Amino acid sequence: MLGYIGRRILLMIPMIFAISIVSFVIIQLPPGDYLTTVVAQLSAQGDVVDQAQLAALKAQYGLDQPMIVQYWTWISRIVMDGDFGQSFIWNKPVSELLAGKVPLSAMLTISALLVTWVVAFPIGVYSAVRQYSVGDYVATTIGFLGIAIPEFLIALILMWVSLTYFGQSVGGLLSPEYRDSNWNLGKLLDLLGHLWVPILVLGAAGTAGLIRVLRANLLDELHKPYVIAARARGMRERRLTVKYPLRVALIPFFSTVGWILPGLVSGEVIVAQVLSLDTAGPLLLNALKAQDMYLAGSIVLIVSVLTVIGTLISDILLAWLDPRVRLRYR
Amino acid sequence: MNQTPQTREIVQGGARPRGRRARRGAVVPPTVPAADDGTALLRIKDLRTHFVTREGVVRAVDGVNLEVPKGKTVCVVGESGCGKSVTARSILQLVERPGRLVGGSISWRPDENASWVDLAGLDPHGEHLRRVRGAEIGMVFQEPMASLSPMYTIGDQLMEAIQLHLPMSKAEARDRAITQLRRVGIPQPERRMDAYSFQLSGGMCQRVMIAIALSCDPALLIADEPTTALDVTTQARILDLLKDLQEQTGMAMVFITHDLGVVAEIADEVTVMYLGKVAEHGSVEEIFDHPKHPYTQALLRSIPAMRGDRARQRLAAIQGMVPHPQHRPAGCPFHTRCDHVIAGLCDTIDPPMASFGSGHLALCHLYDENGATKEAVSRTLGEPAGAAAARQAAVRETVKEAVAAVPARPAAAVVTRERGRHAGVPAREERPLLDVSGLSMEFPIKRGMFGRTTGTIRAVNNVNLTIRPGETVGLVGESGCGKTTLGRCLARVLKPTSGQIHYETSSGSVVDLAGLRNRDLAPYRREIRVVFQDPFSSLNPRMTLLQLVGEPLRTNRLAAGTELQDQVAEMLRQVGLRPEYMHRYPHAFSGGERQRINIARALITRPRLVIADEAVSALDVSVRAQILNLLGDLQDELNLTYLFISHDLSVVEHLCDRVTVMYLGSIVETADTSSLYSTPHHPYTEALLNAVPLPNPHRRRQRHEHGLPDDLPDAANLPSGCLFHTRCPHVRQDRCPTEVPDLRETGSKHLSACHFAETLTLAGAAGHTR
Amino acid sequence: MTQTLPVGEGPEVQTSVTSTDAGQGAVAVAPQWKLVWWGFKRHRLAMAGMIVIVAIYLGAIFAEFLAPYSSEHYNPDYAYAPPQRLHVLDEGEWGLYVYGYKSEQNPETLALTWTTDESKKVPVQLFAHGEEYKLLGLITTDIHLLGTSGGTKAPPMYLLGADRTGHDLLSRIIHGARISMSIGLVGVAVAFVLGLLLGGISGFFGGIVDTGIQRVVEFFMSIPTLPLWLALAAAVPPGWGPLQRYFAVTVILSMIAWTHLARVVRSRFLSLREEDFVTAAQVDGASQPRIIFRHMLPSFSSYLIASLTLSIPGMILAETSLSFLGLGLQPPVVSWGVLLQEAQNIRAVSTAPWLLLPGVAVVIAVLSLNFLGDGLRDAADPYKH
Repeated sequence: MLGYIGRRILLMIPMIFAISIVSFVIIQLPPGDYLTTVVAQLSAQGDVVDQAQLAALKAQYGLDQPMIVQYWTWISRIVMDGDFGQSFIWNKPVSELLAGKVPLSAMLTISALLVTWVVAFPIGVYSAVRQYSVGDYVATTIGFLGIAIPEFLIALILMWVSLTYFGQSVGGLLSPEYRDSNWNLGKLLDLLGHLWVPILVLGAAGTAGLIRVLRANLLDELHKPYVIAARARGMRERRLTVKYPLRVALIPFFSTVGWILPGLVSGEVIVAQVLSLDTAGPLLLNALKAQDMYLAGSIVLIVSVLTVIGTLISDILLAWLDPRVRLRYR
Repeated sequence: MNQTPQTREIVQGGARPRGRRARRGAVVPPTVPAADDGTALLRIKDLRTHFVTREGVVRAVDGVNLEVPKGKTVCVVGESGCGKSVTARSILQLVERPGRLVGGSISWRPDENASWVDLAGLDPHGEHLRRVRGAEIGMVFQEPMASLSPMYTIGDQLMEAIQLHLPMSKAEARDRAITQLRRVGIPQPERRMDAYSFQLSGGMCQRVMIAIALSCDPALLIADEPTTALDVTTQARILDLLKDLQEQTGMAMVFITHDLGVVAEIADEVTVMYLGKVAEHGSVEEIFDHPKHPYTQALLRSIPAMRGDRARQRLAAIQGMVPHPQHRPAGCPFHTRCDHVIAGLCDTIDPPMASFGSGHLALCHLYDENGATKEAVSRTLGEPAGAAAARQAAVRETVKEAVAAVPARPAAAVVTRERGRHAGVPAREERPLLDVSGLSMEFPIKRGMFGRTTGTIRAVNNVNLTIRPGETVGLVGESGCGKTTLGRCLARVLKPTSGQIHYETSSGSVVDLAGLRNRDLAPYRREIRVVFQDPFSSLNPRMTLLQLVGEPLRTNRLAAGTELQDQVAEMLRQVGLRPEYMHRYPHAFSGGERQRINIARALITRPRLVIADEAVSALDVSVRAQILNLLGDLQDELNLTYLFISHDLSVVEHLCDRVTVMYLGSIVETADTSSLYSTPHHPYTEALLNAVPLPNPHRRRQRHEHGLPDDLPDAANLPSGCLFHTRCPHVRQDRCPTEVPDLRETGSKHLSACHFAETLTLAGAAGHTR
Repeated sequence: MTQTLPVGEGPEVQTSVTSTDAGQGAVAVAPQWKLVWWGFKRHRLAMAGMIVIVAIYLGAIFAEFLAPYSSEHYNPDYAYAPPQRLHVLDEGEWGLYVYGYKSEQNPETLALTWTTDESKKVPVQLFAHGEEYKLLGLITTDIHLLGTSGGTKAPPMYLLGADRTGHDLLSRIIHGARISMSIGLVGVAVAFVLGLLLGGISGFFGGIVDTGIQRVVEFFMSIPTLPLWLALAAAVPPGWGPLQRYFAVTVILSMIAWTHLARVVRSRFLSLREEDFVTAAQVDGASQPRIIFRHMLPSFSSYLIASLTLSIPGMILAETSLSFLGLGLQPPVVSWGVLLQEAQNIRAVSTAPWLLLPGVAVVIAVLSLNFLGDGLRDAADPYKH
């Protein structure tokens, strides 16, 4: 088990390295560099930039260095000092901007994942055990719809319904009166009161997908020889289902974290934008629109790395659950 | 139509009254004489299990009667699709949707003091049936590995079975579990408790399954093809184990199998099933010595038994194949394939049950109710076996005539074959067609997430082998011994790692096939052909027969257009398929017919050497006999040389002139068939031969004699010295573990790789007299 | 050489052959596609999905004819005009018409409140003359399936309502289908080429090449796609024209989608390589290309088609999301995602909920494609037993 975890972590290193390269490329993609922006800013303020000053700035930011050195400077600053560079639209260090938003995004995503599990599990099991029942058809239909409706559309419809019929806005994470106050119980409750909408919206697509996967897997398992063998030795049907096929069918719960999590993170960006939540999503969108590339690249980097770590955790859970995985990589 | 009331009866009727009424024998004739009445445990009457599918109702089990006496073994035997497994599963209501018990009763009484219970009338999810399952009736299945959950240790599953029915604490259950594992012959049971099914071999898994099934001392064990997926040596050990356990516990067994050898080995009573109905029932001696039903007679004739008789005889195959249960013929289901069919009777009216005394029953129109041969049919029937023999002889005559009639054939070839087979010596020392020397094939083992090579498996290890023109060489061994890999190297599907394959071309020159590049192999690809094992996966389902059989002609540019069509038509006719069917796709054909297509594809290029890799292993007994006959006839007709790879020793003995035995990638023995079967020179051959169950209840194997331990050594980590020393009963610690034995001449044309071949006296197959 | 073996004559062969004869003459000679089609036809949802998808694509091809107006046609006087009901019976007789609009302006918010003016009947007719267009880019005509009888001068008709600037939403949805549905097809085509190539290489060569490509695939699959898409889309130079942008977006989308297809191709390739009939082809002396194209490719073509069909919905959803966020296609190009940009403002949605209708079109298309793909996947292998 430890060997498996160790190997899994080793495998993560090239993955994170590749992510950092992609993020760096994103930062470099738009024409011009950071300096162009600074110069533009300075000239907008009426300052004249002479060549000597320009060269000095270039040297200061290391922009006269080859690409690979620039990358090294960028990544080592992040790893050593947690310095992600400067956001020019906010005129603040990127790390400072992100500190407030990324935890909120992560919390939102993890909550949505948990909700997905809690909802998908009983429905998927019911749907498979009672195949072709009314409940199964309802669950399958919901599953199909959940996959076909884009998250932002669900969010829009939810907002529209609650605005038109209940006369209240479900957008945002905090009511206006708490927006600038310090954290207290009231603020926390208010936050929770708002949080269910994005969680519900985010969980919808993942839930639908997971119901389908769980149902298909469980249906496969229910007719395996070992189930019949267990029945033949006199196990009660309910206990048999829970102990044998369900445990195998649980595997997708952990292994699909690998694809649900990236999906949830993607969904978070767009749902947060629609529901005007104050998380990393809208920050990324604005940064991209304004070509604030250090901010955008950093968000892509952090969000991707977090996803990979999430996948790692799911793999470890999977190994704990499934002896075949655990023992194969001893 | 009349099934509906019966269904209702099952749902409403109590178990007991119906058991009584059935015993009065008002509807169904008694299956067992009154004297045995008190000892019966299980009494199945008129069982019907149907599958309702979109295409219609499949009557998988349709009116089966079966009685299991206390402490006895009842074998249910039949070809695939005859409903024997469904019968077994119906007993404990384990048939899955869309299958359903629609009629009949299953009376069960675990001991004389208990009252009869109709298992068919119990709620499938109810407490009562749950108690019967496991506690009173245990069950073992065909695929031991898949029958154990990979998610829990075997100890877990065994303890669970114990605690389900016995009031025991965890510690007590664990003790009992360990005792059970020891009882079924699992070494180091304390350690194995924590093993997972995928860490054990198939034989070990089946032992665990038996331990689970017997953990609560049931009165009856239902074993559904428990040894079919296992190697022959493992099968022998499992059969021994079951018989030992039966002696210890006095349990009864219902043993489902398709293998008549196993039946003769283990049965007290035999029920022969055909298309969902019982064809014949009787004691094992009666069934094998005096079979009454034409189906039983034909089945027994169609198995190549190890008779020790050197002349190769044509097998008496049953014509046609088992129809799909959905298209069961009217009247007697067997009438479409029966040699004694009476038109107007057998094809319209259900046959009556004829009783021959002492519980011997047959469902056939040829006999009246008291077992006497009916006047009207005595002419057609005669003495069944004699008539068949006479007909067979007639067929053989036609073969000879036909062969002699071939114009372009040199008559000498035919004579040589006849002599070769009957005298057991080749007529002249010819140069070998294929001379293999030092052939090795290694596969890298990839492990872990990075796919690193962590070792190699030597699937074929320094093999020397010669095949002379016109002979049939058999290659036998347990699964994983490398026989298929060797065959694939010779066909150059695989490129051997080292060694030579010297092939004498038709022009007389010798080439080394092992060294040739793919492109240069083309001329030899049509001279060396392969018949594959799996009749389903070996034919591309997307090509018609014409495309399939014509493909080698097309790729080798041997023929095209109408000429190609004509050749395909001719070839199809030769393998016994109608040429009109050349535009059909393989899905329109049954397994046996597909194997004919496979043979046609192999032979269309007029090859000289045919490598048949388990070519009949996937087929039913009756169809297998047809294909074996076809292979034999075509060999005579087309002057072919065969390399026949098989795990089935009786088939190999039937077909082959010489036999080579492989173990863990190496050849351990090579000799003429009769010499090898009567006086093996290697302990492994001895063990193999003695593990084969003979279809003769009077010549049962001595239990535990020449038995081998179950587990094959790890192929990636071969034993030192003699490869076989870890399992050899004759091992001597001074030489075997350290010194590698050479394959050397230990007798006339007899090669063996055993240090003590000359000093050991090894037993041959029981059918051979030494 | 017309000599026949006795085995070919005996009753054993004759019965063995006649027994397969029964009731499967047509099945016996049915090639793969026919068997797949028979299997597919049993799948009722999949058939329905197929009909809807064919209808949508036909609608996209003949958009100019089906839509009452062109996508640019607008009338600012009718901002947020609600959908009209199309009346079929005119005082007991057949006759198509809609009622006209009456509007009131709220003096404070300046918003218009619309009511139906039952006194004004706007006659509507089939095959009406309207704006001129080129059907299929070839035939110049001005016939529209449905239009107001007065031609271009008549009051406008808004069967599905109007947007902020008075565009007819029905016309725009029909025109939007062209971009939204084609981006799915083109994107999947690009992804298919990439996937087939890399998956094929991976499956065929194995070894280090395979491991390398698999790692790349895993990398793409484990990172959140939308931020990456957004970042790439943001990097598309703003100066690019609509067509360049369209292709840029397509390529960006397919850069992610190929991974899934590559996996499908690779795994099918690997399992097929082990099949006996492929070995048999090798023994038959078939050349490497012949083995791949004659023996292997037909075996997974149906799987490929199913996988491709199931990839299209993802593309459509991704385009919609990107455009909705303003980083995909930009107006004046009309796609369902672009149309939904109008719905970003929840105030606008609450006054004109019909702005969400392009979303309904997305859902219908995606749902139908999913049903179609599921049906194809289930029918893809008619030979499994």
